[in-house]
Amino acid sequence: MVNTLTPPAATIKPKLGKDDWIQRAFMFVIALYLFVALALPLYAMLSKAFSIYNFDLTKYEVQISQKDGSYPNPAINLNELNNDIGLYSETDLISDANGRLRIAKLFTDFSFRSTVKYKFRALNDETSYLVASELKSGNQWVELDSNTFRRLVLRPHSGRGFDNFTSYFSRPALTQSIKNSLWIAVVSTIITVTLAFWFAYALARSKMRFKGVFRMIATLPILVPSLLPGIALIYLFGNQGLLKSFLLGETIYGPIGIVIGSVFFTFPHAMIIISTALALSDARLFEASSSLKASPWKTFWTVTIPGARYGLFSAAFVVFNLVITDFGLPKVIGGQYNMLAVDIYKQVIGQQNFEMGAVVSVILLVPALLAFAIDRRVQKKQVALLSARSVIFEPKPNRFYDRIFFAYSTLVSIFIVAIIGVCQLAALVKFWPYDMSLSLIHYNFEIMDGGGWSSYQNSIILAILTAIIGTVIVFMGAYVVEKIKGFQTGRALFQMLAMLPMAVPGMVLGLAYIFFFNNPDNPFNFIYGTMIILVVSTVTHFYTVSHLTAVTALKQMDIEFEAVSSSLKQPFYKLVKNVTIPVSMPAILNISIYLFVNAMTTVSAVVFLYSTDTALASVAVLNMDDAGDIAPAAAMGMLIFYTNAGARILHTIVSTQILKRSEKWRRTE
Amino acid sequence: MNVDVSSGQKSPYLQIENLWKSFGDFVALKNITMNVQEGELLCFLGPSGCGKTTLLRAIAGLELQSSGTIEQAGIDVSNLPPSERDFGIVFQSYALFPNLTIFRNIAYGLENVGRSKNEIKDRVSELLELVGLSEQGEKYPAQLSGGQQQRIALARAIATSPGLLLLDEPLSALDAQVRVHLRHELKQLQHKLGITTVMVTHDQEEALSMADRIVIMRDGMIEQIGTPIDIYKNPKTLFVAGFIGEMNKIVATVGSENSFKIGNLSLECAPHNYAIDAEVVATIRPEDIIPHGSGARSPGAADTITNPRISFEAEIVDMEFLGAFWRAELSGDNLSGQILSINLSINAVRRMSLNIGSNLQLELPPENIRLYPTNFELLERE
Ligand SMILES: Nc1ncnc2c1ncn2[C@@H]1O[C@H](COP(=O)(O)OP(=O)(O)O)[C@@H](O)[C@H]1O
Ligand SMILES: [Mg+2]
Repeated sequence: MVNTLTPPAATIKPKLGKDDWIQRAFMFVIALYLFVALALPLYAMLSKAFSIYNFDLTKYEVQISQKDGSYPNPAINLNELNNDIGLYSETDLISDANGRLRIAKLFTDFSFRSTVKYKFRALNDETSYLVASELKSGNQWVELDSNTFRRLVLRPHSGRGFDNFTSYFSRPALTQSIKNSLWIAVVSTIITVTLAFWFAYALARSKMRFKGVFRMIATLPILVPSLLPGIALIYLFGNQGLLKSFLLGETIYGPIGIVIGSVFFTFPHAMIIISTALALSDARLFEASSSLKASPWKTFWTVTIPGARYGLFSAAFVVFNLVITDFGLPKVIGGQYNMLAVDIYKQVIGQQNFEMGAVVSVILLVPALLAFAIDRRVQKKQVALLSARSVIFEPKPNRFYDRIFFAYSTLVSIFIVAIIGVCQLAALVKFWPYDMSLSLIHYNFEIMDGGGWSSYQNSIILAILTAIIGTVIVFMGAYVVEKIKGFQTGRALFQMLAMLPMAVPGMVLGLAYIFFFNNPDNPFNFIYGTMIILVVSTVTHFYTVSHLTAVTALKQMDIEFEAVSSSLKQPFYKLVKNVTIPVSMPAILNISIYLFVNAMTTVSAVVFLYSTDTALASVAVLNMDDAGDIAPAAAMGMLIFYTNAGARILHTIVSTQILKRSEKWRRTE
Repeated sequence: MNVDVSSGQKSPYLQIENLWKSFGDFVALKNITMNVQEGELLCFLGPSGCGKTTLLRAIAGLELQSSGTIEQAGIDVSNLPPSERDFGIVFQSYALFPNLTIFRNIAYGLENVGRSKNEIKDRVSELLELVGLSEQGEKYPAQLSGGQQQRIALARAIATSPGLLLLDEPLSALDAQVRVHLRHELKQLQHKLGITTVMVTHDQEEALSMADRIVIMRDGMIEQIGTPIDIYKNPKTLFVAGFIGEMNKIVATVGSENSFKIGNLSLECAPHNYAIDAEVVATIRPEDIIPHGSGARSPGAADTITNPRISFEAEIVDMEFLGAFWRAELSGDNLSGQILSINLSINAVRRMSLNIGSNLQLELPPENIRLYPTNFELLERE
């Protein structure tokens, strides 16, 4: 009788049903997507950052003939030759991927009219050179006459190493950006979180009026590109600014402008996170505290702050990440003040130095990854806290505090509305600030740099495609992670990949895409320069938040639906169509509006990837600003704003409609 | 029906042999061998985490066993996906589709299999009637009570007339009163349909009152299989003895081939095979212990203890009124300080004026005493 406690080796091989095959195909598609759209490009970028190129003279030999064409002398190594005459130093031999070295210079007696001939060879097959643009390699001797020898150039040898980083850190002009970026991010974070906390506190804990309006205004900055506040600040405090004197001689072009703009565009993110945290705090603790006759001040420090601390941390890390990775704002208003994200742009677009761009990207990845990792840990704790809590806090009216909070919220709202309003005004007046009469001339985008009206059209197409394709991919991915059984390791890896985009700055993603997709050997090379790559990069850039939304929705569904469905001999896609999707519809709509809005406003990833046919509105704002056409830039920015606002309103209407229809089954009687 | 021609006996409908299931290093099912007869209601009973759900899911194909075979209606289904097996299932959560009406929930498995709309409609009406919810078809699950939802889940599971019905704690999400009521209803329905049913429960009362046979499980293994009465009367192991019903467990030593000793007290029991002086656990149910003394039976009836080898005196140290009777705990020198629980009728307590501190003569009928090897792990858990 078999009755030992050690199980026999597993012997059962499952027979796979039709559903299993379809689900596997599903998984394969999503895994392929995340690999091609994220993992491989990032790998390409990393390897670029560590790629070094130099001319390895030791790998070549040359033999020189007499005038009569005989070769009495032995072959010489190029390196020895160079050492003898001391022509190239070691740094002279450092190169990049496209470097070429003409070697005729090493021969002091060289003349291209001479009858002297040269035999030349590389010492191995990996070492190559060009003779009159013809690529050669290997240790076969090649005999050349003087005239042809003149046209012999060496190709750099590629290897791996830290040289790019050494060279980066030896340039103080570049490393200064690290300090600048960290400084700006820290200062903006402190200001934004403080402002957002009190705003969220006013919404959650006071009885002030017009809370709905305040909440709506606070989320408006999400609808505009991050460079829009930069434009508004230029109009207000720039060289021709109306309020320039307020700065007491300081300039807005630099840290001050970047910080104010950063506070503007990160405010809604912080406010939403902190609001959620405050809403979760347990009312019972407040009752306990007040029944102990604790002063409001003491209650605030012993109950409110500890209760919201995870929200505060989380908000801080999110804001930090947004600021340090943002590119549009410092580009517009940074002036001479360099930041990492802008450096990537300058290296790549300005100097075509892709290796250095990759190095800065790697450096920018470090704080972003760090902030992201800490935020994930904090969020996990917050979830644990959430389940234990229950009673919702109901604030009591207090005329004094309610008035203070109302005044405060009004001030913050004025700041937000003013920034947007200034842009709208600037877009509509003839020539700020000299001729303030209204006109539509700035909407004549066709005569400006940036792609004209077609860029706006492209943006709409991008946003719609991103919303549709992105939602499908994200939902499929979340379904794989949550509902498909088996493949534990694969799914864990998958979940990790899905979290990664949050930590990858847009600039870095865009650059990684250049390295990966612009490679002619890549079978996906054909998407380079098309709308497809813009869609793929945008979906990937905003993958994480969408993924988490979808996973949360799927988690709320009974885990046995799939089992019931298969026991009833129904295919799983019928379940997905009839139950999973309808039940997740609110989340699906939220994901699509999130993707739409971000596709309209994003600059960072796509700025490297658009082509003349696929110019985008948000990039046009950047380029018009760059070209000095600030008013049209503001006009285009506002166009983006109205489009997003319209999409938001549409989203609200559709959501309400759907919720109303599903009210019957969502609510118990 | 599968008839074994050679013996003329019905062969089992479901046959499980040497089934093992591991989750990584953790072994959840250990060498399970058992069968289910056609038409019977079989219960998996055991403490939470012992592997009941895992075994049920293995039968359904929702969890693939690591090794071992499962045969259903004479067909080896061991490696088939759920969609190719023949069963209906009801989960603890019911897993009703929230956005579909009751009608569409029940009709879910009837669609796409070549039935006309009218056939589906008739079948759903029939099922709704069967579970007593004829008027509820157009409602949504959230609009029904827990008990009603349970019945809908059941109707959905049996809609396609599967050969096997699997129920995973189908009643545990309900409150006590509804549960007792539905227990009865479920049993009747199962009987009426004659559908072979496997039900998982951790509630022994539920298992005892509903099952034709019970499989008692512990730590991934089967402890005993039998009818409720069989298991109640003849628990094979100390674990089963303790798990089903109330049971006194007294640490004792073996005296002779038909007696055991608690300290100096020697008591008779049925003949057994334990070695003399071996340490054992003697068990007896509280209701099997007979109290003696004037008024212990009906008024005036003679009450003499014929045999001192089966009785002794102990002191009541605690009493608890349980509605239909009293539960008393007794202790004293005779028990070497161990506790014995007995049931006392309300009348007996009144007539004998029993109180905490009273002494009481007890008789332990030898045929109701069972001896088990000591297992300190089990004793300590109490
Ligand atoms: N998918 C799984 N992965 C790992 N362990 C599991 C899994 N499912 C069940 N288990 C473990 O197997 C044991 C038996 O679980 P289960 O069959 O659900 O118990 P029961 O239904 O008897 O309460 C438990 O210890 C449980 O933690
Ligand atoms: Mg269970």
